Amino acid sequence: MVIMDATDTTLVQLLEENSRTPTVELAAMLELPAAEVEERIRTLQAGGVIRRFTAIVDRTRTDLGEVSAILELKVSPERDYGYDRLAERIARFDEVRSVRLITGTYDLHVLVTGRDMQAIARFVSEHIAPMERIRETATHIIMKSYKENGTLLLGRETGGERQPFSF
Amino acid sequence: MRDPVSGVARAIPPSGIRRFFDLVQTMDDVISLGVGEPDFSTPWKAIDACMVALEQGQTSYTSNRGMPALRERITDDLARHFGLCYDPESEVIITTGVSEGLDIAIRAVTDPGDEVLVAQPSYVSYAPCVTLAGGVPVPVPCLERDRFRLNPDLLMERVTPRSKALIINFPNNPTGAIMTASDLKGVADVVEDHDLVLLSDEVYSELSYGQAHVPSATIGALRERTITLNGFSKAYAMTGWRVGYLCAPPELADAALKIHQYVMLCAPHMGQVAALAALRSAQAEKDAMIAAYRLRRNLFVEGLNRAGLACHMPEGAFYAFPSVASTGLSDVEFAERLLAEEHVAVVPGSVFGEGGADHLRCAYAVSREDLAEAVRRIERFIGSLPERAAPAAELRQPAA
Repeated sequence: MVIMDATDTTLVQLLEENSRTPTVELAAMLELPAAEVEERIRTLQAGGVIRRFTAIVDRTRTDLGEVSAILELKVSPERDYGYDRLAERIARFDEVRSVRLITGTYDLHVLVTGRDMQAIARFVSEHIAPMERIRETATHIIMKSYKENGTLLLGRETGGERQPFSF
Repeated sequence: MRDPVSGVARAIPPSGIRRFFDLVQTMDDVISLGVGEPDFSTPWKAIDACMVALEQGQTSYTSNRGMPALRERITDDLARHFGLCYDPESEVIITTGVSEGLDIAIRAVTDPGDEVLVAQPSYVSYAPCVTLAGGVPVPVPCLERDRFRLNPDLLMERVTPRSKALIINFPNNPTGAIMTASDLKGVADVVEDHDLVLLSDEVYSELSYGQAHVPSATIGALRERTITLNGFSKAYAMTGWRVGYLCAPPELADAALKIHQYVMLCAPHMGQVAALAALRSAQAEKDAMIAAYRLRRNLFVEGLNRAGLACHMPEGAFYAFPSVASTGLSDVEFAERLLAEEHVAVVPGSVFGEGGADHLRCAYAVSREDLAEAVRRIERFIGSLPERAAPAAELRQPAA
């Protein structure tokens, strides 16, 4: 377990918002020398807190096309292993973006992506549904996303008209 | 036809930055650091609560003083955070922003010919409001060498037998300066010795980064002669809702209430609903905004100093107040050329009165990306100026 002080917490937030923020800017904001910022980032990476630096891509704005679906799975847990072994098998597919164990009617909540709806249907029917211990699946195609990773995706500017000058 | 406009209205000077405003309208890539309001939207919980109230038809007037639940919540918070106790029934008025609170406070204490001391640099409405109330505004400069705090000795120099009141604003717009408890004590001595009323605009109180805010009314015996003005615009990003409040002893509050009920009747009902919801449930959102301002401040002030504009670290509000003395340009020249050549809008410090000349007010209530780009443009602009003989640090003079 990595112990995070207030500075680490803020540093991680800043990198989540923009992982390309230059070190000198991070140092200025955090009121630290640049070398200490670099050291903190290295420590957070070594501790597995920062897993990698990535980009958030909205493919719906491209001609690439991508469809996502939420799968809910009812699973019979395995003696000694519970849900872990099955969840890990599911997680290894490239099509699977996230796998979560949840409370409620279903046990596993899985986010999958594919080129189109047929690709998702084929993946689910060929690879997920036939797995042993899966008793029931429900597939929900995502029609539109309004917010992802804390970012509103409203497709229009929010906030009104600020005047260029005010006192 | 005789002049249809009153002499009083004629005498009010026009806005000092009309030219800038016109120039900005012709540009489409301006980064404006000239905006005195948050770039955030109001916390959604406040907006949502207001929409529910509107659906339920809460669209009437409220009592003149404002919604009782809002007044109670405000006095509870003041008591809990500062040990500052006001009676919500007789010592609090919800106003239409601090602007209205300031106006009715000034009118409640000013007779024709009274002098009202105004600590400057200051928000631009103080002196005109004093004039409109028939008073005479008397500026008291807050100097850079005092970190833009109000120096009691300079205050003493401007006090006369006609002095009736003093207006202060800390954390300060435009300098970002704050006053500590001991700073306020020095001012309190002058205020008490000369039997002044203190009007304390504390609208930026929540935006204090280093040390906790100290309300003026908590110092010595100031409570009995202080009108405290505060509101929701800055801390909760609620500028357009127009909600503020005024706290004062009953005699002063009653006088202000008489004016308020005739000129305003009450603050907007929907704004009051949203303000109450903000106090009840948007503390985390408020804290996140304040944390963001602090990071922006650090980023921007470091950038300004690196670019060659000497800037003290502002301890509150969301303004940086760098000096342009090292560039050889006046604040107005610098601001005009920066806008024309690099499309960055700032406000010349002289607009804010005595002590403001040779400085710029730069609001850092804009995104970090825009701040970083603004610094790059300012650096480029300074680089384009002819070399000056002495290094910047030596040329830097406290504003006099």
